[in-house]
Amino acid sequence: MTQPASNILSPDKWVDNYADYLFNYAIARVNNANVAKDLVQETFFAGLKSAKNFEGKSTERTWLISILKRKIIDYYRKINSKKGQAEVRVNFYDSGDNEGSWIEERVPQSWNNEAEKNIENEELRIQLDKCIDKLPEKYAMVFRMKTIQQFETEDICKELNISPSNLWVIIHRARTQLRSCMEKNWFNK
Amino acid sequence: MFKFFKITCDQATTICDKSQYGEASVYEKMQLNWHLLVCKICALYSKQNKKMSEIFNLKNGHCNKNNACLSTKDKEALKEQLNNFN
Repeated sequence: MTQPASNILSPDKWVDNYADYLFNYAIARVNNANVAKDLVQETFFAGLKSAKNFEGKSTERTWLISILKRKIIDYYRKINSKKGQAEVRVNFYDSGDNEGSWIEERVPQSWNNEAEKNIENEELRIQLDKCIDKLPEKYAMVFRMKTIQQFETEDICKELNISPSNLWVIIHRARTQLRSCMEKNWFNK
Repeated sequence: MFKFFKITCDQATTICDKSQYGEASVYEKMQLNWHLLVCKICALYSKQNKKMSEIFNLKNGHCNKNNACLSTKDKEALKEQLNNFN
């Protein structure tokens, strides 16, 4: 039986056909054009190296994306080990009398103009990006993996070598910080 | 019997975040809902948290629509490197 044309590898056309697609995929996940470019390049090389293992069960594009996913996870893992393991303190608030209760400056405020602030808005996205950039690198990474890329909890825990409860504490802290950043800079501006 | 449900604001908001991803257990949701009845601050957090999720999803959609492209120059360089590799 002959395979459909799309399930045959033709490396000569990779750059023309898939470079932009892979680049977009990568940039949405690593937020850095240079890193994304390198990842695309590595993906093509890895593809050439393992071309003989391609069984034609999926399309060329799906196959390349699966390599790229692997590369992105490797990249995350590299940052994770560079900065030490994801640091986790189980209690979000300072210990002592205030343990587990809201500290005054962290108490959520009502948002004045929640209704009027149109959320389909370029400015909002820019502000959100700024707030995400202010997060400690670890939190931002876990937050992006979980929220933006929607990885499974289990996968993130495995890749970053953290427990699910650590993951939720990190997500909680990231979201709390983003919330107050957005409150200050967007909703109650 | 309500002491089984008693949790701190810290735990409550963590469960609240977890439930935004649909991963809170039934027991956790019961704890959370009981807490939200008695704690107005966490109730506000919970309400605003839904809004935050909408905003994050928006960013998510934006990332997928975003059409950044590699420049022709970058592509030529890539092609050349791939050819050398062969």
